[in-house]
Amino acid sequence: MIKEEREFGFATRALHAGTPPDPATGSRVTPIYQTAAYVFGSTEQAAELFALRSYGHIYSRISNPTVAAFEERMASLEGGLGAVAFSSGLAAQLCMVLAVAEAGDHLVCTQNVYGGTVTQLSVTVKRMGIATTFVPADDLTALRNAIGPQTRLLFVETIGNPSGTVANIRDFASIAHEAGIPLAVDNTFATPYLCRPIELGADLVVHSATKFINGHGTSIGGVLVESGTFPWANGRFPLLSEPSPGYHQKVFTETFGEYAFLMRARAEILRDVGAQMAPMDAWLLLLGLETLALRMDRHVSNAREIAAFLQMRPEVAWVRTPQLGSVFTFGVRGGREAARRFIDALELWSHLANVGDSKSLVIHPASTTHSQLNDDELRKAGVEPESIRLSVGLEDANDLMWDLGNALERAGTS
Amino acid sequence: MILATPAARRRLLERATTIAMIGASPNSLRPSYTVFSYLRRQPEYTVTPINPTIEQIDGVEAFPSLAAYAQERGAPDLVDVFRKPSEVVAVVSDAISAGAKAIWFQYGVINDEAIALADRAGLEIVVDRCMKVEHARFRGGLSTAGLNSGVITSRWKSVPRL
Repeated sequence: MIKEEREFGFATRALHAGTPPDPATGSRVTPIYQTAAYVFGSTEQAAELFALRSYGHIYSRISNPTVAAFEERMASLEGGLGAVAFSSGLAAQLCMVLAVAEAGDHLVCTQNVYGGTVTQLSVTVKRMGIATTFVPADDLTALRNAIGPQTRLLFVETIGNPSGTVANIRDFASIAHEAGIPLAVDNTFATPYLCRPIELGADLVVHSATKFINGHGTSIGGVLVESGTFPWANGRFPLLSEPSPGYHQKVFTETFGEYAFLMRARAEILRDVGAQMAPMDAWLLLLGLETLALRMDRHVSNAREIAAFLQMRPEVAWVRTPQLGSVFTFGVRGGREAARRFIDALELWSHLANVGDSKSLVIHPASTTHSQLNDDELRKAGVEPESIRLSVGLEDANDLMWDLGNALERAGTS
Repeated sequence: MILATPAARRRLLERATTIAMIGASPNSLRPSYTVFSYLRRQPEYTVTPINPTIEQIDGVEAFPSLAAYAQERGAPDLVDVFRKPSEVVAVVSDAISAGAKAIWFQYGVINDEAIALADRAGLEIVVDRCMKVEHARFRGGLSTAGLNSGVITSRWKSVPRL
């Protein structure tokens, strides 16, 4: 007897989705399937697997049970049809581009995105013959005008890094859909706990899973989630709707219906690029996801408390209080040099190039993450020379404020 | 009645044992071949191609029509349809005459008149879904590919027999 369906809540899915008891052993924790390959039951089964007519694992570059558990959990939390995990967030992003675009095609991206994304698109992806136009996120007319007949993707971030600007995903989705292209959203800073772009009209979601999803700074990973609702057979995506020379002349949209994009992203792009996630990393990410809801609540409440504290300090020029999430910037009076003195005086906050750790992190973007950008690009990305970026962790807020207060006093006295 | 929920589709898939597949093709590039090849390997199903242009697929005997099938094998539990939407009203009439209890329209096979006809005859109906995908959703196949099965459980499904 089958019970009626239940729509399980976010915290329940963060603990259970993708991880029923291990079918082989009953192990309640999903095992780390540390294997490169999988034995075929027969030559017939092997042939069916290679032809994508049956389900199962062949080789861990393409799929792995531990990684698949993480992928399914991410798809569930984002409200997507499925997901493909990658070795990093940038690998997920690159493979997303390769799944929809080829040389001669074009992308549109908002300006206030992660510096690594700007470099990836404007240098490496450009060299592959795929050009990107960067447009200010608040200029919807410019955005609409930037989309041409060769455009294959509109790419935005839920929360700009480090500007903190929150995207109006519904507006971006209508602009993309009017033009017959998908909207892709980097949801790293918000996580599906704070924002689910697919519910707001996005078609693709990418994450650096290294950040809040992992939550403990233990591994590098990325993931790409797809909604399953974008009409890939609309004539603009021959890579999906015409016979594929990379896969037995299969027409992905015809054979896989709503799964066309996900099947191509895995069976062709992940297979050929080889940027797969390691099983151990997937296991750490699954563990991190179990507490995502609890952690995000604390990240957000600590961030609000600390933003309010900074507002009161005389050494602070300005604070971009976060609208969403726990990563935000503030400016130290006295410019670049004062900002450096401040960072060097911190005791508890970790000075490093990452965000979304359970520990509180701090960085000076102008001299580190965004040092590749010139002054003009820096301003376009919402970064000033005196900007300090905080990723507020899970410590006692009083301890974090104690450390910030001491360092601010030090920064004020040259 | 259109089966709109995964649980309803699961019940249908668990109840059915005989499947007549309209428009099954021996061409391995066709989606219908992929679904046929998958379903016929599931031990719980007997899958039969219905296609007047072929004798068999992979050694499985084909019937030229649902009527011919029903005459020899009786009513099929489920009729799985791979045909142009414009041709499926006739398929539904044949399915009703053959005594089928359920009809499954594959991806893109959408025809409101055919759906209404099947509904009036009391058939269970699935529209714009793939039988292979829905079967794999509940058997763990989708999960091997990182696809969202919607299945949440703490029961061990493959408990060894005592």
